[in-house]
Amino acid sequence: MNVEAPDQQVSPPRGRPDSESAAADSATARNRPRRREGAAWVFLSPWLLGAAVLTLTPMLVSLYLSFTQYDLFTAPEWVGLDNYVHMFTSDPRYWRSALNTLIYVLVAVPLQLAVALAVALALNSIGRGKGFYRSAFYAPSLLGASMSIALVWRALFNDGGTVDDMLSTFGIDMGGWVNQPGWALLVVALLTIWQFGAPMVIFLAGLQQVPNELYEAAEVDGAGRMRRFLSVTLPMLSPVLFFNLVLQTIQAFQVFTPAFTVSGGRGGPADSTLFYTLYLYDRGFTASHMGYASAMAWVLLVVIGIVTALLFRSSRSWVFYNDKG
Amino acid sequence: MVAVRESLPGRRIDWARVGLHVGCLAALLVMLYPLAWLIATSFKPADEVISSLRLLPSRLAMSNYTTALEGVGGVSVLRLIGNSLIISTGAVLGNVISCSLAAYAFARLRFTLRGPLFALMLATIMLPQHAVLIPQYIVFNQLGMVNTFWPLVLPKFLATDAFFVFLTVQFMRGIPKELDEAATLDGCGPFRTFFRIILPLSRPALITTAIFTFIWTWNDFFLQLIYLFEPEKFTITLALRSFVDTSSQSAYGPMFAMSVIALLPIVLFFMAFQRFLVEGMASSGVKG
Repeated sequence: MNVEAPDQQVSPPRGRPDSESAAADSATARNRPRRREGAAWVFLSPWLLGAAVLTLTPMLVSLYLSFTQYDLFTAPEWVGLDNYVHMFTSDPRYWRSALNTLIYVLVAVPLQLAVALAVALALNSIGRGKGFYRSAFYAPSLLGASMSIALVWRALFNDGGTVDDMLSTFGIDMGGWVNQPGWALLVVALLTIWQFGAPMVIFLAGLQQVPNELYEAAEVDGAGRMRRFLSVTLPMLSPVLFFNLVLQTIQAFQVFTPAFTVSGGRGGPADSTLFYTLYLYDRGFTASHMGYASAMAWVLLVVIGIVTALLFRSSRSWVFYNDKG
Repeated sequence: MVAVRESLPGRRIDWARVGLHVGCLAALLVMLYPLAWLIATSFKPADEVISSLRLLPSRLAMSNYTTALEGVGGVSVLRLIGNSLIISTGAVLGNVISCSLAAYAFARLRFTLRGPLFALMLATIMLPQHAVLIPQYIVFNQLGMVNTFWPLVLPKFLATDAFFVFLTVQFMRGIPKELDEAATLDGCGPFRTFFRIILPLSRPALITTAIFTFIWTWNDFFLQLIYLFEPEKFTITLALRSFVDTSSQSAYGPMFAMSVIALLPIVLFFMAFQRFLVEGMASSGVKG
């Protein structure tokens, strides 16, 4: 049985609570719960250190800074709720940035995932050429977050840019998109939708993991194509769908590079692409209002927290995990 | 792919599948146009950039590339690429090692506080980097690490990209438990089970982690913008940033030549790992 080194050697000095009562892991192996407990802390230690030193402590510090006025050079000065009050009551640019970001998330994420799922389903039943299509559709999401592509996007959708010229030959004269307040935000959203390849690949990987026996059993039971999709594919795919949804939503709230680039670094025209993170960067690192930027970061944190919590709550009713047995 | 696979020997044309191909090809044409445009424009002589509608340049203007190779602010493109490579490679190593370790503990081992710690890990996925940005900056500043690559690489070795921990946990959960149990019966402890059973079977997840980490770090702009300020330390992304302020079309040639150069390593990286990606996904069909 147990031939490995004794567990004293592998358990870190971290104060480990006695786990006799909680053990109940397995009745078969004698010494196993204790051994596993020690091993677990070894495996966890890099993450634990990072969580404590690089995540939790900085979070608390930035919470403190959000109640101060701080320019990185002189000591932080306590101002109470001033930053938050100013933000919510007398900073129209703040609200503009929040609204822009919200619209962007609501437009870009559902459309991107819908396209990703549709293409993944198509590729899953396309047979020959699947590998080629997968790589080709995936390419944009490898490249799309880059500065290079954002620069291309700005050039393509500019006044006199290629898209404008093309539509002009059909008599549709828009005069550019990135230079018009009503359209610039959608150009950024379009760039995000263009990158549906990443969630698509994850969808495809999920589809490949659906056991064939389930489809065979469903077919034996007389289930048609639609029925098999609804009763087999979707439930088996729901963890992947959930994963993509949470991930893309959180990322979308924090989008920076395309907004920075398309807007020429300032969120223009007329603040129409002033995304939340862009304004945060502007306040913190251009205007040196670190306290205000920290307050903005904390509001973002709370909003993302609420949205994620809602998604997780809803997942109980529609996500199916197959590892229970 | 599933039930339709065995087509009848009669060789009837599967019109549904033909339709899929036509649709996918049409979508591809539209989607890949910006990339074609980027490459074509990078070879266009200055006078052709503005009178645009034609995609292909009438002659190849290599001058855009010779201009781009000179780099920005006296720093050559090779240096810029090298800096980006150092940062991205370090980040990949850090994430693959630290995230797979943590994922194994969460996916397979029992320990006190497992539930709360897992919830904490999930919570840090949704944590916007901005919430820790300023204090981290202060700390790295005091350690004398601002304007070095350390703030961009070091955190990866401590699994701060919790998303990859989650991704790997999800994958490891899909590995049949019977394999662990068999290993335990054969006398393997958690460490040998990890290195012999779970880690090899988790290769698709590890490769996904590596690919995403590389691309994201390579493309990252925000952190590099904040931490690196000397041209000697600039990455290729930071160098491209100098083009953001100019929107005059006369700068298009060199700008997009450098953009192509910036994208090349990503394309090469993906092509190199594509084989492993496919193989990894195929090997995930190890159902007992």
